Amino acid sequence: MNKEIALEVKSINKSFYDPVKIDVLKDLSFTINRGEFVSVTGKSGCGKSTLLYILSTMDTEYNGELWIDNELMAGKTESQLALVRNEKIGFVFQFHYLLNEFSVLKNVMLPGIKANKLTEQELEHNAYELLKKLGIERLAKKMAHQVSGGEKQRVAIARAMINDPLILMCDEPTGNLDSKNTDIVFNIFNDLVNTNNKTLLVVTHDQNFADKTQRNIVMEDGRIIS
Amino acid sequence: MKIKHIFEIAKALLLARSKQTLVAAIGVAFSVAFFVSLLGFMEGLNTLLDGLVLNRTPHIRLYNDIRPSDYQPVELDSTYKNFHHLIHSIKPANARKEIYNVETIFKRLEKDSRVFGVAPKLSAQVFYNLGNIQLNGVVNGIEVKQESKLFQFEDYIVGGNALDLDYRSNSIILGQGVADKMLAKKGDMIQVTTAKGEQFSLKVVGFFQSGMAELDKIQSYVSLTTCQKLLGESSTYMSDIQIKLYDIDKAPELAKEYATLFKIDAEDIQTANAQFETGSSARTIISFAVGIVLLIVAGFGIYNILNMMIYEKMDTIAILKATGFSGSDVKKIFIAISLSIGLSGAIIGALLGLVFSIIIDHIPFDSAALPSIETYPVDYGIQYYTIAVIFAIVTTYFAGWFPSRKASVVDPVEIIRGK
Repeated sequence: MNKEIALEVKSINKSFYDPVKIDVLKDLSFTINRGEFVSVTGKSGCGKSTLLYILSTMDTEYNGELWIDNELMAGKTESQLALVRNEKIGFVFQFHYLLNEFSVLKNVMLPGIKANKLTEQELEHNAYELLKKLGIERLAKKMAHQVSGGEKQRVAIARAMINDPLILMCDEPTGNLDSKNTDIVFNIFNDLVNTNNKTLLVVTHDQNFADKTQRNIVMEDGRIIS
Repeated sequence: MKIKHIFEIAKALLLARSKQTLVAAIGVAFSVAFFVSLLGFMEGLNTLLDGLVLNRTPHIRLYNDIRPSDYQPVELDSTYKNFHHLIHSIKPANARKEIYNVETIFKRLEKDSRVFGVAPKLSAQVFYNLGNIQLNGVVNGIEVKQESKLFQFEDYIVGGNALDLDYRSNSIILGQGVADKMLAKKGDMIQVTTAKGEQFSLKVVGFFQSGMAELDKIQSYVSLTTCQKLLGESSTYMSDIQIKLYDIDKAPELAKEYATLFKIDAEDIQTANAQFETGSSARTIISFAVGIVLLIVAGFGIYNILNMMIYEKMDTIAILKATGFSGSDVKKIFIAISLSIGLSGAIIGALLGLVFSIIIDHIPFDSAALPSIETYPVDYGIQYYTIAVIFAIVTTYFAGWFPSRKASVVDPVEIIRGK
């Protein structure tokens, strides 16, 4: 189980053409196994966010092959990709991106509602259990804009987990959190990897955070240097 | 994804912008309300005005026209074909306006399933005697019950009871115009002189107001028997048979049929009153156009509000897409928003329209020409409500369709990267 490949990248190239051609990613190849906790670090502009958007299937304008769970992503339609995101990928962003129109519980439930595999009661139960695990079940009924930054990030993690995804992708998840909240988030991630055997891919600036992960991919000028 | 959840998300987005939503829904509601009340009012007036003439006109009139013989006697003999005819205009002699075989015709018509009703009519030229002046006039002999059933005769009677014509012999319902000139009050006796020079005394039992003053200055009504007496004819004498059909559009066709069947002259309503149809259909088209413009304007309001909402909710759209909602899901959500505004607006509008119609229906409308009408006429036809609601929903669907297409192609990467 541990050696199964979760995500594989084969010679991915990406260029921006506006205003002049800039190669952002140059011939990237790597694999991530199930149960791995991987961090990607590098200076601003080295292309690590761009890489994450490609891996997340949201950005489809690239050359090369992306395999998620042994499925080739190229050639899939927009709604098929949406389904992959829904079922296999969980997201945590730097700016939490909760939907302010909904309660915390509903925010967590939304990807599950889209998946439409469980009844609403089961989904609500699962969402509540996740919040409990992250220690924020008391916020369940609050509206998203009423909770603090650190709490929002934990809600976002719960939302990413609701469909029990293959891989969790995080873009600077601790980018604007203080050290106490950073620790909480890191411990949650570590726990997910160790006890739930989740695969984690975290893009971060925070070298301390990266050092604590199992594997650190360092990028520079669109290449992997270590 | 279930429809229920799409509406749930749409509802949350709507409630986050409750004021704008309310404004949009009120826009739709007012358009629908005005559409419904405008058309109802217009159609009410149309029916009333057309009714002035059409209700009082038989769909088919059977009569004997007075006309010269088709052939002059001299033409019958071919010997004189190439001669000059000195006597070439022999006038009709002893021409009878009477319809032959009235009873047979009546029986035949009453059996016809296309015929709503038949009423006999007789008219006599008279002079109303006003001191030493004689006023020209026409006295119509009618069968009150049939006349009321077919032509709402009773609606046009002021100050009297139409049935008194039947109950009292030698009674008359005077045209309002004639009555004013003669200073006649109910219960007065008036004198008329027939074309043959005989004088009759008639008792006034009521007044008739058709809505057309010219007509009221001339016409009066008496019972059929009284009229036969005025003319000095027998009790089977009738000059006109008025027919009302179930389907007015069949009148020309049936008129031809009866003309050949009964060997009589038959005139249909379309030939007699061609201009009325044109007038009312033009009015209906104008009010439909105004109503539809109102709804389209409301549609633009919704379009605007949805467009703004999409710009405000870019983050929400991006995050929905990132967590696995496809472009078509997002599109459905925004169409659901638009349709809920449209549907709620349309329902409120239909109710509001009903209220407006009821209010219009209670505004006093005093017209000397229309004695039976006291308030503005309104047509409560369900078809206007149906059209308005359907059109409102279609308009809002399209008003939502364009912005939702825009929302569906939002690139989440661009939004997330932009932060």
